[in-house]
Amino acid sequence: MEKLIVAPAPHAHSGDSVRRNMLLVIAALIPAYAVSVVEFGWGALLTMAISVAACVGSEWLITKYLLKQKPTICDLSAVLTGMLLAFNVPSNLDWWILVIGAVFAIGVGKMTFGGLGQNPFNPALVGRVFLLISFPAQMTTWPVAKGFATAYVDAETGATPLAILKSGLKGYDPQWMDKLPDLWDAFIGQMGGSLGEVSALALLLGGLFLICTRVITWHIPVSILCTVAIFSLCAAPEGMAPCTFMGYELLTGGLMLGAFFMATDYVTSPMSAWGKIIFGIGIGLIMMVIRTWGAYPEGMSFAILMMNATVPLLNRIRPRHFGEKKKA
Amino acid sequence: MKTFHIGGVHPQDNKQFSAHQAITECPLPQQAIIPLVQHIGAPAQAVVEVGKKVKVGDLLAKAGGFVSANIASPVSGTVSKIDAATDAWGAPMQVIVIDVEGDEWLESIDRSTELKSECTLEPKEIVDKIAAAGIVGLGGACFPTHVKLLPPPGKTAEVLIINGVECEPYLTCDHQLMLEHGEEIVVGIRILMRALNVNRAIIGIENNKKDAILHMSELVKDVPGIEVQPLKLKYPQGGEKQLIDACIHRQVPSGALPIEVGAVVDNVATVYAVYEAVQKNKPLVSRVMTVTGKDVKHPGNYLVRFGTPIDEVIQLAGGVPEGTGKIIGGGPMMGRAMDHTEGMPANKRLSGLLFLPEAESQRPEEDPCIRCAKCVDACPMGLEPYLLSKLFAYEKWDELEKHDVMDCIDCGCCVFTCPSHRRLLDNIRPAKAKVGGILRERAAAKK
Repeated sequence: MEKLIVAPAPHAHSGDSVRRNMLLVIAALIPAYAVSVVEFGWGALLTMAISVAACVGSEWLITKYLLKQKPTICDLSAVLTGMLLAFNVPSNLDWWILVIGAVFAIGVGKMTFGGLGQNPFNPALVGRVFLLISFPAQMTTWPVAKGFATAYVDAETGATPLAILKSGLKGYDPQWMDKLPDLWDAFIGQMGGSLGEVSALALLLGGLFLICTRVITWHIPVSILCTVAIFSLCAAPEGMAPCTFMGYELLTGGLMLGAFFMATDYVTSPMSAWGKIIFGIGIGLIMMVIRTWGAYPEGMSFAILMMNATVPLLNRIRPRHFGEKKKA
Repeated sequence: MKTFHIGGVHPQDNKQFSAHQAITECPLPQQAIIPLVQHIGAPAQAVVEVGKKVKVGDLLAKAGGFVSANIASPVSGTVSKIDAATDAWGAPMQVIVIDVEGDEWLESIDRSTELKSECTLEPKEIVDKIAAAGIVGLGGACFPTHVKLLPPPGKTAEVLIINGVECEPYLTCDHQLMLEHGEEIVVGIRILMRALNVNRAIIGIENNKKDAILHMSELVKDVPGIEVQPLKLKYPQGGEKQLIDACIHRQVPSGALPIEVGAVVDNVATVYAVYEAVQKNKPLVSRVMTVTGKDVKHPGNYLVRFGTPIDEVIQLAGGVPEGTGKIIGGGPMMGRAMDHTEGMPANKRLSGLLFLPEAESQRPEEDPCIRCAKCVDACPMGLEPYLLSKLFAYEKWDELEKHDVMDCIDCGCCVFTCPSHRRLLDNIRPAKAKVGGILRERAAAKK
């Protein structure tokens, strides 16, 4: 008999892998991306290609030449970061700005900390916020979604529903109510916004897919959405039904994208169920505070990054321990 | 349908290979090798000398302490050697070797297959008979059964839970035993209830054994106090604490024994052995073993006398399949991979032999931890395996104790579920050993 292999138990494995999880998340993004392609046309295709190529390329270059390690791009996490970064920028963003964002996301957001599994902040959001602060004008000029546009940068631009809402609430724009898209359009994605955030419907589908395939658990998205719903019901402005206001808050901006795809990033979210719920509530609250009283119309990226910083603390919350009830 | 409440995983059960294969008796060996440690606790002390003639059932070694177990001779013949040997995992063991001559049993043993269902013995007499027969928990832990039947002062048993879960993938010996010897098992349960003075017993069986659930339900239909509890398929439901949680929704506190919540758990194979010992005066000399694997020629359930070299059992099942990479004693989740099979005897511990093909035997390379928390969600004890593993690497013994590393039951759910193939238990096991040592030292210092 050949030499037997000896290894400690267990001798069976679920077959799960990092790659499989990344692939499933990528698959879950496809419906939202399809809507973006229909809405924004070539811009969506080009932005995605540039972002993914720049993220994968910079990870490959950094691992190979700077860290001199085996390249890690096969785990597909850089592809996912690239996709999420593209989802979080306007589809008409200049290509060189996008490349800077991608390099920053992977280089500073991820590889400086030691690569996959080590980064405290969501790399795609690090890239996005870096661009938002460095190129505020370019990052907040959105093309209007109106069917397949063929031009990349020359598309008609317009404000997002949240920007309209904010200028209305601050009293800058008396006609604001008429400019808002109706809720159905907001739900299916007929509005301005970053490339991948416009269709709440498609994102919801993707999110449910992730929960059903057990890639993510319900805790983070549900606690975020519930917090936002309750907060907005209480903070509805005069002249608008609380439910309508809640509808806009839930369906517009980066909320759905953030709740299902960004906040649930494994590396930068808590481990225990209660940790996840508190994390989600925190994101919902910070986002609504920024949207309501802050200078930016949109606060999802900041809220997630801020709560990312609390994760080591939240990880002190322990999961429910077997037999705890009777310990006393 | 009931199940336990924290964690758990769903491995492929792979029981199709050996399920419903009738229990086949394995021929007697020419030489039997009987280890003196086949249980948890102190080694048994040999009471025979080289040259002595023994019959099946003669005492070979007596319990070496309160937590220990007798060993009866599984064969008849002459003791030829009492010697040191090496077990299949490379550890030293003390063995008694018997040259087998015929198959002569003690006269006191009733070898008929007739069901004897009346038992009027006093609890003390039952416990003594069980202890004399050398019965240990045959589910895997091999804890001496008579010890469980003597609750510590101040604790009383309320319910007897019978483990027919067999949650380890591949293994089918308990399943087949329930199908073929259900009547005896029910009598065994009544004997144990009598010994413990409880009036309620629950037989927990997982839902992938529907025929066993039906069969046992039919048998206990008219027996007061015994019920069958079908359980949702989930590993590690056969873990003692998980099974109690699943059946009566009580969680044994950290560091305590099942009796703390009024439960005593025994495996169906153990209960069958109790029946034979009490009603038929037959000590524990054999057990049913599953020999299985995707490429095994005759996978099945074999009744094997202890001391039979496992190579003979393997021959009976068609030999070691081509391309075998790993031979596992037990199931794939908690079984141990053997270094060799030569000279390794069947014993009370060995519930099965599993042959894994080469391709399934290698552990894949580890990827970095992505903090996905799947190990936390899978842990049936509510621990944080990723953290325990890391704390071991940093040698933080205090922190490990605080995070209840001693509660780990070694079930392997964390490693099974980890998408990065991290070998968490390779760290957690030595962490438990180290912290356990510290705790014992501390307890000793207090005295």
